[in-house]
Amino acid sequence: MKILADLSIGAKGEMLDISDNLLEQKLLEMGCTPGEQFEVVRKAPFGGPIAILISSYVLSIRKEDAMNIVVKLLENE
Amino acid sequence: MSSETLKIALTGNPNSGKTTLFNALTGLKQKVGNYPGITVEKKTGKAILSEKVLAEIIDLPGTYSLFPKSMDEQVAQQTLCNNDNEDYPDVTVVIADATNLRRSIFLLTQIIDLNMEVVLALNMVDIATKKGIVVDVNLLSRELGIPVVAINARKRKGIVALKELIIDSIDKKPKSPFLEVAKLFKGVIEQANKIRGVENNFASFMALCKQKLSGEIDNRCALNQLCKKEEIIPERAQAKETVKRYAQIDKVIKSTVKKGTPTGKYMLTKKIDDVLIHPIFGYVVFLSILFLLFQAVFSWSAYPMELIDELFTNLQQFTADSMPKGMLNDLVVNGILAGLGGIVIFVPQIAFLFAFIAFLEDTGYMARVSFITDKLLRGVGLNGRSIIPLLSGAACAVPAIMSARTISSWKERLITIMVTPLMSCSARLPVYTLIISLVIPADEFLGFNLQGLVMMAFYLIGFVSAIAIAFLMKFIIKSKERSYYIIEMPSYKIPDWKTVLYTIIEKVKVFLFDAGKIIIAISIVLWVLSSFAPGNKFEQIEQKWAGIENAEMQISADKLENSYAGIIGKSIEPAIKPLGFDWKIGISLLTSFAAREVFVGTMSTIYSVGDDDIRSIQKRLADVKRQDGEKFFTPAVGISLMLFYAFAMQCMSTLAIVYRETNHIKWPIIQFLYMGVMAYLSSFIAFQLLS
Repeated sequence: MKILADLSIGAKGEMLDISDNLLEQKLLEMGCTPGEQFEVVRKAPFGGPIAILISSYVLSIRKEDAMNIVVKLLENE
Repeated sequence: MSSETLKIALTGNPNSGKTTLFNALTGLKQKVGNYPGITVEKKTGKAILSEKVLAEIIDLPGTYSLFPKSMDEQVAQQTLCNNDNEDYPDVTVVIADATNLRRSIFLLTQIIDLNMEVVLALNMVDIATKKGIVVDVNLLSRELGIPVVAINARKRKGIVALKELIIDSIDKKPKSPFLEVAKLFKGVIEQANKIRGVENNFASFMALCKQKLSGEIDNRCALNQLCKKEEIIPERAQAKETVKRYAQIDKVIKSTVKKGTPTGKYMLTKKIDDVLIHPIFGYVVFLSILFLLFQAVFSWSAYPMELIDELFTNLQQFTADSMPKGMLNDLVVNGILAGLGGIVIFVPQIAFLFAFIAFLEDTGYMARVSFITDKLLRGVGLNGRSIIPLLSGAACAVPAIMSARTISSWKERLITIMVTPLMSCSARLPVYTLIISLVIPADEFLGFNLQGLVMMAFYLIGFVSAIAIAFLMKFIIKSKERSYYIIEMPSYKIPDWKTVLYTIIEKVKVFLFDAGKIIIAISIVLWVLSSFAPGNKFEQIEQKWAGIENAEMQISADKLENSYAGIIGKSIEPAIKPLGFDWKIGISLLTSFAAREVFVGTMSTIYSVGDDDIRSIQKRLADVKRQDGEKFFTPAVGISLMLFYAFAMQCMSTLAIVYRETNHIKWPIIQFLYMGVMAYLSSFIAFQLLS
């Protein structure tokens, strides 16, 4: 188990749990359901948002929010 | 059915091509209004579906689900979920991106479960095929139990088939719900149905999850008690339902979509992103684009502007010569035509500016800008999403403030609303253009047009002050609410030129007609105020100069000074003298409070009254002399005047929008005051230093 915010660019993983109600509902509706695979594709400069490729589209979320997302690391770059 | 107009709602995720499809269906037969009571833009258009069937298409705000997270998403929910809503559709068209089917049909399956007549327009099937994603459209239709049609909104393909399907779908509800929500919560949904008196499982589930559906206030207590009794926690129930729904969608996707390796388009997007969101180049590119934008807006539009100027000068000359001399002639030439010319001349610049903004948004670049600026903007109390209102503020603060609705945090949204009017909007453009051409030489500086550089400097002043004020407000406005930023980064695409064109036409129309009406009205009022004086003042002036040769100029100057307009201007002159302004500018400042662009028309009218020589406003103002014979419009006066316009809150429409968006009179008042103080102080300092 890992925290999404800690993954580096190129890392692939699987969604496990989102420990924030508001965030969880929004992300679930956008397809970030448990078990869904993703890849970290981009990190904005200065500790800005991170972008993940999930469900064949690119989603960007803040690093602080990504700290509430628990994932399973499948493959590290 | 033949004589009736069908109501069609168009909905879908953001970036799914919804606007393009709307344009394809309606062409230029569009109307932009507001939903009653709120300022979410309501776009409707007429479409001919067949020889007999006419339809009104409602373009609903883009949303990912029927559980709204922001106010514009709520509009989509209210329209689709309340059959007593005046826009409740006969048929709903959901547009989905075939390259992104899983997430795109989530919303569709919710609408199916509401038991509504619905058609799926599957956009970009051809592009998906190229990417190795093959969708079996017929099988998908059978699996979902609703009609599905493959379209390409950009290429206007499949539109006829879509129209036929819409007609076929009238009164044909989906055969069965997509997800049996009642099975997830044993017996609870049935009880909720009973309380609500409606047999609609998904609607009852939504009501249980505290969604405000029609007439739900009466049932609220009973539903809350049901939740308590059955130990249903709405947030948990909703999460459970969403996960189940996606599991069901995954099954459908598995049988209908064959996926190859993602190549081509995404790889290209990735390559472009390597540059555009690069830690260093990303910002360099962004600044260069802004720089290019303002250089272009200024120099490209110079030619059409000259043409319009010439046209109006000739038109005024022609009218002055062909109409009988007298009061009416003067009113038409120096009141109406002078004011009108002052508006039309800025159409090229506004068109270029909106073209750029529409282009940046349509290509997908705006999402990248917000991605690389979120962290920086958050430091000053804003949000990555604030970049869109801020940049749109360079066009017009009114739609820009409305677009701040996508920011879910109240504090960040409020700060965005409060500082957006500091961005130099297109209404300031005429003022800047006029003054820059008066006081800044058209020289080259380091190979760039100096006038263009000054223009850009003023846009920068607007942006920098917006950031600075936001930073201050971050500490003043208190909020405990958590903010978040979740945004899709769409693949890059070549913009749909028709969509860009429609945006330009729409915005120019708003400028010409909405702003134009006010400007013409004020032009006429001004002409009256400056053509008449209390008592017999004018006769006295005529007598005073009678017999003296070549005194026409002096007479008209004296007349203006003694007219009603002159009296008003003079009474505020003491207050604006330290800024370098005289009473003539004073009148223009006052009339500008209706809308900034009125300034040019007012100056044009004031300096035309009694002046028989028909020239463009630029040439006329350049000749204005002070009492000591020096030019009146010195760089000090010009810069001071531009600074005043850069900061002052001189737009009634913006104040009205801010009031409606914040729902409190306190915010527009604070905005008006802080901007006024900034305007006065900066003009004062600039004039005192420069002169």
